[in-house]
Amino acid sequence: MAIEELKRIVGDANVLTKDEELTVYSYDGTAMLNERPLCVVMVESTEHVAAVLRMANQRKIAVVPRGSGTGLSGGSIPSKGSIVLCTVKMNRILEVDARNLTMRVECGTLTQAISDAAEKAGLFYPPDPGSMKISTIGGNVAYNSGGLRGLKYGITRNYVMGLKVVLADGTVLDTGNKCVKDVAGYTMKDLFVGSEGTLGIITEVLLRLIPKPRAKKTLLATYGKMTDAAETVSAIIAAKIIPCTLEFLDSVTINCVEDYAKIGLPRDAEAILLMETDGHPAVVEEEAAAMADIARKNGARDVRIAADAIESATLAAARRTAFSALARIAPTVILEDATVPRSELAKMVAFIQSISKKYGLKIGTFGHMGDGNLHPTFLTNERNKEEIHKVEGAMKEIFDYAIDLGGTITGEHGVGVAKKPFLPGQLGEASIGLHKRVKAALDPNGILNPGKMF
Amino acid sequence: MSPATQASYLKGLDYSVLQQCMHCGMCLPTCPTYDATLMERSSPRGRIALMRALADDRLGVSREFAKEMSFCLGCLACMTACPAGVNYAELFEMGRAEVERTKVSDALFRRLIRWTLIEMAFCHPPLLRLIGRLMWLYQVTGLQWVVRQFGLMALAPKRFRELEPLTPKVQAKFSFDLIRETERPQGPPKRRVGMITGCVADFVFSHVNRDTVDVLLENGCEVFTPRGQACCGSLHGHNGEWEMAKRLARRNIDAFAPEKLDAIIINAAGCGSHLKHYAHLLHDDPQYRARAEDWDRKARDIHEFLVEIDFKKPAPPASCCANGGPGRVTYHEACHLCHGQKITQQPRQILRAIPGLELVELNESTWCCGSAGVYNITQPEMSGKLLKRKLGHIDRTGAETVVTSNPGCTIQLETGIAASAHPGRPVVHPISLLAQAYRRARL
Repeated sequence: MAIEELKRIVGDANVLTKDEELTVYSYDGTAMLNERPLCVVMVESTEHVAAVLRMANQRKIAVVPRGSGTGLSGGSIPSKGSIVLCTVKMNRILEVDARNLTMRVECGTLTQAISDAAEKAGLFYPPDPGSMKISTIGGNVAYNSGGLRGLKYGITRNYVMGLKVVLADGTVLDTGNKCVKDVAGYTMKDLFVGSEGTLGIITEVLLRLIPKPRAKKTLLATYGKMTDAAETVSAIIAAKIIPCTLEFLDSVTINCVEDYAKIGLPRDAEAILLMETDGHPAVVEEEAAAMADIARKNGARDVRIAADAIESATLAAARRTAFSALARIAPTVILEDATVPRSELAKMVAFIQSISKKYGLKIGTFGHMGDGNLHPTFLTNERNKEEIHKVEGAMKEIFDYAIDLGGTITGEHGVGVAKKPFLPGQLGEASIGLHKRVKAALDPNGILNPGKMF
Repeated sequence: MSPATQASYLKGLDYSVLQQCMHCGMCLPTCPTYDATLMERSSPRGRIALMRALADDRLGVSREFAKEMSFCLGCLACMTACPAGVNYAELFEMGRAEVERTKVSDALFRRLIRWTLIEMAFCHPPLLRLIGRLMWLYQVTGLQWVVRQFGLMALAPKRFRELEPLTPKVQAKFSFDLIRETERPQGPPKRRVGMITGCVADFVFSHVNRDTVDVLLENGCEVFTPRGQACCGSLHGHNGEWEMAKRLARRNIDAFAPEKLDAIIINAAGCGSHLKHYAHLLHDDPQYRARAEDWDRKARDIHEFLVEIDFKKPAPPASCCANGGPGRVTYHEACHLCHGQKITQQPRQILRAIPGLELVELNESTWCCGSAGVYNITQPEMSGKLLKRKLGHIDRTGAETVVTSNPGCTIQLETGIAASAHPGRPVVHPISLLAQAYRRARL
């Protein structure tokens, strides 16, 4: 009956119920999670979303929002008997406002399309999650996605000026506007950023844009000791330079990249640091020289500064291919995102390496050194139950240690179902309790992405 | 062996090939069928999930599965985008083989087309040449003109009506009429190479084959073009006919004897992509395995080969300005060259070496044109959409000539251009332009 009603709302062609169709919406980008929904609904407008939620709320049917399904915490994995509400058809860019530096888009718009549209107007949308070529802005906002530019430019939250959200009972809410300053009432939009589809469904986003930096310079430094790389990062920040990129690879990753891409990285290096500075051409020149100097003073074995865009691309290749190089090695790749304060980064990397030895697991680590966001990447096989058990043990130790260092279990992937067991350990009772009260107030029937986050 | 009793291809597959997909979704934006539908089932990730469900017995082979296997272009753009190195080409062929094995899509017209093309014509070169000869007669006797002029096609069944404009122009002379079995360069040969003439290319693009031989001779190669060569088998592999593909591979290995050659040259992207994987195809054939490995080591796309041997750069014509060269051209990348073989720079290097040629980059140059083997016959609607998109980009370059390296793309683009607002724009092979440049230099 629910299916018939859905068909009346969105049209027959937008309700998918065949076995084959349900199979292909039973996963997202997360390893080892799989569950078929009751059906999939392809929505085309806010009105569609509102009508679907009204119906689902009356019948108490779970609704799992989904964009392109690239999430890494299992946030869009269907729960049993749920309606998957897929937003990819809502992909229009509604307005680029160069006078107010904003862009209004529908939730299914691809991050890449937003970046391209901004660039076409001579502007810049900085958040660049790894999956930006296919991830949707709705998902980026719902998971408050990060990317490589976090240190200098911040994350998705810093670019959300307003949202159109459909609440669990079908009410359509507009929150935020084009004003840089607006202190009228609670900043409701912030409640939905990072809410992982548990409080409402975002259907439109008003984004903040900034002028495009005119120049960029790329450097690559090689280190014999991981602590030297970490010291370099601290010294650069202490020298009042905020680079737009500070990315590192550990020795396991370096060797995997070298096996795969053969770009001439030193196999005995313990760390590689990719650094970029952007902005006014004169400032960029000055900062690049200062960063190279700091790197050398802090024990870099070798520092290369790219002379032009082509050389920049060559230097950046190591970081760009890091994930691919790791992903090729094993059938199952589990990409984690434990994050610690920048100052604790070397400790965290050393700890991950000791855990890798302790459990006999292959873990490559790379990530965003500027903001302390690490990607310990487990290379394993989901069919090897014994090894997966070890992976779970190792992961728990890594998360616990990150929390001990004042860090977080997830820097940018979200909690979803993958991190759910670890959340109370980080937040504590009071915070989990508040989470539950907020959830109960906004979604009393518990239909919005149930079973996720907490 | 009757297909129904054959074991399941997908279940027989090494499971790690299926498992290699980590469903990250990076393939989705590069997939033309996902781009057109925004449906996960029509994406590479979705198709792999279906194949895995089949291998796991969570799904059976159904008409829906068959539809997706047929809807997939096999353009392999997903393989270029895949961070995990999933061998989609193999999975796709297995998926299609599974559909054939279980006979879930068994319309009579489809079987007839498959039988005529795949089992008869493309397995028997003399028969294919006879068909080519008949097509040529149809065209030169004026019969085609009569048919087209008087709208006689209106009388034919709908599917044939749709196919008729796609019939390529057949050359009066086929490859073997233009190329001797062994041709020697001036001076002592530096290399001995084999030349694959292709099946459709053999009579539709025999002039491109002649140009290829000329270019090889100019670069000091002795060229061996065995008369006993067969179709490369790619069409069979792509359409789930593995046993036939193996038979054809063995026949080619015998005809060329790779042990006596430095390289085996192919100028068609689609064939090249398949020809480099004979060892995989014949891995369980003890008699041919070693020779197939030797074959794979030596199989080369012509552009790849020329850049490898540091090809002779054509000199500007002596009588300056008399014949200025090809002018403004744009390059459409055949899927099986850029995605299937990762050859992207070499054709451009060759084009840039040609005096009087200005290369204008084509937007979305690696996006499929919709030809995709027999896809323009099996999926005319989607194929038409892709062709339209491609022609739009070509128009915006303002190029006088379109360059591409695959017979299928050439026929597709020629058909599209002929029916467009700019019908005069020729579609040529980079090697033909190079051959012409060598000839001009001699003037």
